[in-house]
Amino acid sequence: MHPAPSVIVFTTLSGLGFGLLIWLGAGQPAVTGWTALAFFVIAYLLAAGGLVASTFHLGRPERAPLAFTQWRTSWLSREAWASVAALVVMCLYGAGLVFFGERYAWLGWAGTALSLATVLCTAMIYAQLRTVPRWHSALTPALFLVISLAGGGLLAGQLQAALLLLPLAAALQVAWWWRGDRALARSGTDMGTATGLGARGKVRAFEPPHTGTNYLLREFVHEVGRRHARRLRALTLGLGYLAPALLILLPFAHVWAVVAVALHLTGVAAGRWLFFAEAEHVVGLYYGKR
Amino acid sequence: MTDLPTTTDRKLGLVIDLDTCVGCHACVVSCKGWNTENYGAPLSDQDPYGADPTGTFLNRVHSYEIQPETGPAQLVHFPKSCLHCEDAPCVTVCPTGASYKRVEDGIVLVNESDCIGCGLCAWACPYGAREMDAAEGVMKKCTLCVDRIYNENLPQEDRVPACVRTCPAGARHFGDLGDPDSDVSRLVAERGGMDLMPEQGTKPVNQYLPPRPRDALEPAGDVDVLAPYLEPVASEARGFIGWLDRALDRLPGGRDGEGP
Repeated sequence: MHPAPSVIVFTTLSGLGFGLLIWLGAGQPAVTGWTALAFFVIAYLLAAGGLVASTFHLGRPERAPLAFTQWRTSWLSREAWASVAALVVMCLYGAGLVFFGERYAWLGWAGTALSLATVLCTAMIYAQLRTVPRWHSALTPALFLVISLAGGGLLAGQLQAALLLLPLAAALQVAWWWRGDRALARSGTDMGTATGLGARGKVRAFEPPHTGTNYLLREFVHEVGRRHARRLRALTLGLGYLAPALLILLPFAHVWAVVAVALHLTGVAAGRWLFFAEAEHVVGLYYGKR
Repeated sequence: MTDLPTTTDRKLGLVIDLDTCVGCHACVVSCKGWNTENYGAPLSDQDPYGADPTGTFLNRVHSYEIQPETGPAQLVHFPKSCLHCEDAPCVTVCPTGASYKRVEDGIVLVNESDCIGCGLCAWACPYGAREMDAAEGVMKKCTLCVDRIYNENLPQEDRVPACVRTCPAGARHFGDLGDPDSDVSRLVAERGGMDLMPEQGTKPVNQYLPPRPRDALEPAGDVDVLAPYLEPVASEARGFIGWLDRALDRLPGGRDGEGP
């Protein structure tokens, strides 16, 4: 799949932003006044900034409000609802903390649940696609949720929790890669089933439909980004999960927290690049490519 | 709503004969022609006369080589367009309701004025049937020439999809695959029509007829049905030729094929 910058930025930033909102809604940390304002501004910049970035890959962004209409079948539509509901509810909850010094716990928990739902919907947009075997797994939403919780915990200063969640995210990431590397072969879809001619012999793409490239090849066949997959995987594990966990263990952990968050964000972004670049869409089989 | 209809009154679709297709791409050209001039946004090209031309197509013809365990390889031309699936994954993922499957005939369409161009439907389609138009920013797909098949301004013989009408080999057939007595359904039953990627669970309406077995190039028995009638009338030569034949036999080396 084509690793579009807008989608990588969106899933990385909004994942972290909603992760922070999950913790803030739960009252961890229990902040009020200016401190609360600072936390909420960071969370909203990340979450809403990511959502705005996601509209850059639309062909007709001016029609984006129509995306709220099909929540019954479409995870993308559900994500639109969940994200807006989470941002509205957390805005009310945040106003209580910042301006009135009051914590409306029920509102906070509702915001936490909606933020979790948003991350789940984002992940399900990818996990639902049978056409991309690497994504089509329950491990995908699990990975997105744990990364969001770990990053959010790091930002919220919940270092004990982050110390548990970061290794868990790393383990899930490795499991996701391990499964993903075998997913296309296990899906049963190959050039034989794509053409229906597999029983007759070995099928080889002899001539493509056109001499030039096309939308399908640009969007779904991206072999260049996979060249450095190993190094990027190492960076994802090292920067995204290992380094932040080690920094937490150092004395004056809170000073290092900023560095830890920056490293974590870089690592997760590298992982998200691979999430798209390594994903094989079955339509590539018609072109004899992966 | 992008809920799929539980049943459709008819299942209009194509039957594509991989045995007959000669790979001339006439269907590709006529599809592009009709659909760029008629319903919906035109199918744009980018850099059409330049070094790196690309464009939107609703129908593309691939060619595959099939190498069996033994025997010569076979070349199969393979036209591919929207299969108007019964369980169309492209429809249910659409966040705006622009994509829908018609209850009356099962055609999968895009309402271009509602499409936000998010591309998720193209991600959900295993067949590469949907292409985002780079100029218009909306998703384009085969409409089964919905503006031809019901068009009373056209003569009856033209009320079929442009690709079917133009195919010079007769490799494309159009009809109701939900009616077991229709010509297309009988053709599918007779020739063993198949689904593409059945494991994807899309239940495609369009069917592909597999290539018929080829004549073997190195037959085990007679080369030709006429062979028995073409046997030499005189197996032993007489006269001068006969003398020459016997004389040459006596020379060292013997007859061709009998030597050392």
